[in-house]
Amino acid sequence: MKPPSFEYHAPRSVDEALTRLSEHGDAAKLLAGGQSLVPLLNLRLAAPEVLVDLNRLDTFAGIDAWDGGLAIGALARQSALERSNLARERLPLLVEATRLVGHPTIRHRGTVGGSLAHADPAAELPAAMLALDASFVARSTRGERTIAAADFFTGYLTTVLAPDEMLSEIRVPGVPPDTGAAFVELSRRHGDFAICGAAALVTLDERGHCDRVRLALCGVGAGPVRAQAVEAALHGAAPRPEALESAAQRVVEAIDPPADVHGSAAYRRKMAVIMARRALALATERAGAATPAGGSGR
Amino acid sequence: MSQPVQIRVTVNQTEHAALVEPRRLLSDFLREDLGLTGTHVGCEHGVCGACTVLLDGETVRSCLTFAIQADGRSVTTVEALASPDGTLHPIQDAFWEEHGLQCGFCTPGFLMTTYELLQTNPAPTVDEIRDAIAGNLCRCTGYQNIVKAVQSAADKLRAAPAAQPVS
Repeated sequence: MKPPSFEYHAPRSVDEALTRLSEHGDAAKLLAGGQSLVPLLNLRLAAPEVLVDLNRLDTFAGIDAWDGGLAIGALARQSALERSNLARERLPLLVEATRLVGHPTIRHRGTVGGSLAHADPAAELPAAMLALDASFVARSTRGERTIAAADFFTGYLTTVLAPDEMLSEIRVPGVPPDTGAAFVELSRRHGDFAICGAAALVTLDERGHCDRVRLALCGVGAGPVRAQAVEAALHGAAPRPEALESAAQRVVEAIDPPADVHGSAAYRRKMAVIMARRALALATERAGAATPAGGSGR
Repeated sequence: MSQPVQIRVTVNQTEHAALVEPRRLLSDFLREDLGLTGTHVGCEHGVCGACTVLLDGETVRSCLTFAIQADGRSVTTVEALASPDGTLHPIQDAFWEEHGLQCGFCTPGFLMTTYELLQTNPAPTVDEIRDAIAGNLCRCTGYQNIVKAVQSAADKLRAAPAAQPVS
């Protein structure tokens, strides 16, 4: 189908964009990459009165060093993040997650901030940001505030962003040395939204035990979910396969997966455990490879 | 401001000025306003890849792009691949020779996706080819011959790099 009629603005400055948003409030939608919004328009599932197109702005698109990690402009294209050497060096988890977002053509247009603000529960980037303890900078004509990823996602396709706010930057702190990261997911075809997926970060201490573990999942609830029970179960433990397996079982304490055409809730619970275990095992292996003492190699 | 707006878009190196409603999809602008019906519209919500074109040299779904967003920019469609005298582009030759199509509906999208892939990666592995074309759906052939066609196109282009069109 064709999109419904809308009033169109393509502001040339951030101030102008924020003014348009504050004028129109709930009636307006921001158009970033458009890879989620335009399908919703074409399918007539959304019919905003006003579209504020951010593609004429030349700000908020950088990927820069910040606090050992990265400051990513909300309008940075996903393909730019995927190709960023800085991201590959500092936060390979983000590169691995981004490569699972749609297809190359989708990532040319899709933006990092757009994926986070859209907050699809099956999307990869929200889960990765949650695992990485990222924070999001939101702007409006009223000012600027910083929101922790843990507080940002409030439910199915919803966030704490007010109607007059837009994301400007995503700040992702660096990870400790000797940290391995992995994003794994189950999907019917490459590029589809995940049936479920898991982002894991494992930091090993000098004995090779788990010093710090982060695990977040997508596709298993109304939004991305951090599995703190799993993290706690592994704290201080030697990351042997049995330990990872039994810790991964505790994923079910954190999730309330939906049932849909792709699978029942019970199936998703089962798959979430498996994705968690695989992500933890791969992250551990990579952490081992990163330590001078070696480990299980790549 | 849902009134028609004047835009200027360079399509296949020809500049076009047109009045478009903001909601006009780039795919419809190309097909209906410019008569460039080589770009096909399949699902019209970004899943099938048949409508893939280049916007400033990068592939985009033209059904997920508004024509107004192409204002002042450059679009390349499948019509730009063959020479003006009708000689097929090596990628098109390869799809023909390897039977990389049956009904041909998805082919324009595959050709443009392949064009971008081979610009950035002149010697892709089978895995890289499959990764690159994963966003293009073919309902006739299965993908075996399409993958072969992309491999053959890569060989042809490496042998005769001058055959690349300008975009």
